[in-house]
Amino acid sequence: MSIVQFENIHKHYQMGSEQVLALNGVSLSFDKGSFWAIMGPSGSGKSTMMNILGCLDRPTSGEYLLEDKNVGVLDDNSLSDIRLKYIGFVFQSFNLMPQLSVQKNIELPLYYLGWEADKSAERAKELAEKVGLSERLNHKPAELSGGQMQRVAVARSLAAQPHIILADEPTGNLDSHTGEQIMRLLTELNAEGTTIIMVTHEPDIAGYAKNRLHMKDGKVEKIE
Amino acid sequence: MHQSRFARNILLGIENLLQHKLRSFLTMLGVVFGVGSVVAMLAVGEGASREAMKQIEKLGSNNIIINSIKSIEEESTSTQRSHMSVYGLTYMDYQRINETFPNVRKSVPAKLIRKEARVEARTLELRIVGTTQEWFELVPRPILAGKIFGENEVKNIAPVVVLTEFGARKLLATKNTIGQTVRIGGDSFEVIGIIKSEAAQAGNIQIPDQQIDAYIPISTVKEYFGDIFLKVTSGSFTLEQIELHQIIVQADDIANVESTAIGIERMLKNFHKKADYEISVPLALLKQAEATKRRNAIVLGSIACISLLVGGIGIMNIMLASVTERTREIGIRRAIGARRSQIITQFLIEAVVLSTLGGIVGLAVGIGIPCIITYFSDMPTVITLGSILLPLFISVGIGIIFGLYPAVNAAKVDPIIALRHE
Repeated sequence: MSIVQFENIHKHYQMGSEQVLALNGVSLSFDKGSFWAIMGPSGSGKSTMMNILGCLDRPTSGEYLLEDKNVGVLDDNSLSDIRLKYIGFVFQSFNLMPQLSVQKNIELPLYYLGWEADKSAERAKELAEKVGLSERLNHKPAELSGGQMQRVAVARSLAAQPHIILADEPTGNLDSHTGEQIMRLLTELNAEGTTIIMVTHEPDIAGYAKNRLHMKDGKVEKIE
Repeated sequence: MHQSRFARNILLGIENLLQHKLRSFLTMLGVVFGVGSVVAMLAVGEGASREAMKQIEKLGSNNIIINSIKSIEEESTSTQRSHMSVYGLTYMDYQRINETFPNVRKSVPAKLIRKEARVEARTLELRIVGTTQEWFELVPRPILAGKIFGENEVKNIAPVVVLTEFGARKLLATKNTIGQTVRIGGDSFEVIGIIKSEAAQAGNIQIPDQQIDAYIPISTVKEYFGDIFLKVTSGSFTLEQIELHQIIVQADDIANVESTAIGIERMLKNFHKKADYEISVPLALLKQAEATKRRNAIVLGSIACISLLVGGIGIMNIMLASVTERTREIGIRRAIGARRSQIITQFLIEAVVLSTLGGIVGLAVGIGIPCIITYFSDMPTVITLGSILLPLFISVGIGIIFGLYPAVNAAKVDPIIALRHE
């Protein structure tokens, strides 16, 4: 059963007077519970694909079905809600709130979901334990190592129990050892049933995924 | 639960503002001074208008004062030598006013003559007020010693005088003031009472009594000094015949003061060929004075509002800078699933917290300044509930008005670009 489905997706950008074709007719289907790595050289359309997958951007043409819902026609508020409830983001540069503690960072999606304070604190503690950061709940991100920050980011992405985790170069800013730890964490989550879609250009990182999709010039080059 | 969410939003706003303590404090200062000056202005304005109301009571707001004046025609003919000018209000005028107008509750005639008074070696130039006992009802002043004269003294042409506190201090021996004899223009008068005088003027409005007054029954003044006065002006002299210098009329109700004044004017016009009288209505003057004060308050208030405006612009400036600075934060929040409206709320709350805190501190400053003013000067200041609530509402409003544009700007941030923002 597919969780996301692209039907002939095109995405154009206007760069000054030039029109850039970032995605040029992409059709694909990812199954529920799968673990995909999207690979390809820079400029191949990986990032654009991630943005559309994450409902941060809309395709110029084509259909995007997320759990059989046509996402392309939704307004900004509905897209925000979908990001909140269906999708968890993990970024290359962690993107934590520097002024908030680890716990508050993890709680952030719950705040927008309208959870009560004590309930979301409980959930944050649970997730911190899951990613091995129970001791660091009251620390600020600046007091953590890169690997620890990324684990906070993973915990945050899990807070609202999303159906999909989108990871954009999750190990890009980490050394190989901590990168491995993060990948093991993601693999674990996938084993628990969360669909994971990851962008990377490192083949050994991509090796953790069950499937690999290669992009080139805005098109799907091959699928392994 | 909804309320706790609101409280959390405010806490979040405060937390964010505490990230930049100095910056937030400086931004707040604009509103502090704005609100402070508005509150202070309102307090001073309110104090001034209360003061004016107090003066109305002192003056007798129901009074109409008619003075004799030398008409212009008389002024030109009187340059001839040994000419006698006859002008001014007459005993008949007084009688007619009393009989004609149903709205007149009381009226009092007065002869006002400057005379030198002497007690042993001490002399003082007095203003003799020849009047009836009703004067003391229309111009009520506390009696400090003795008594004022009554109907009997007026009827009996008694040679008695009531002095003011000021006159008594200048003229009389310190002991046994009552019963002393004062010589005025060659005649002896017995001091029967001392009253308090109003030394202060109510703005630019002439109050009916002066501190150099000496009150003597009108019949006595007429008997001893007559109606004809010698006026010496720069070497030459003229004779003037004036029966009454002043009539003070009291209307029965404040609402009838102005119509009665118009009626009296109309009637006097019929009997006086020349314009040798002048009607002044303290109420009208007071209304004018109050209007002036109100105008001043509006001008000062507008200036204070400009400083509030400057405070608001300061908030807007800092919020715009903050939005630019926190572009990445906005991007993260949007990616996680915050709606545009939630971003707007977040930044709006920060602006409102800033302006409201400024408003509260400004209120303290604004209450403090009038207290200092009142402490060091005579200027009265009054702080009303309205002058506290209004600036508070204004400061909340300023947060909303000047925070809205930056907040909307924040919500317009494209999350894709914002996440790439360093």
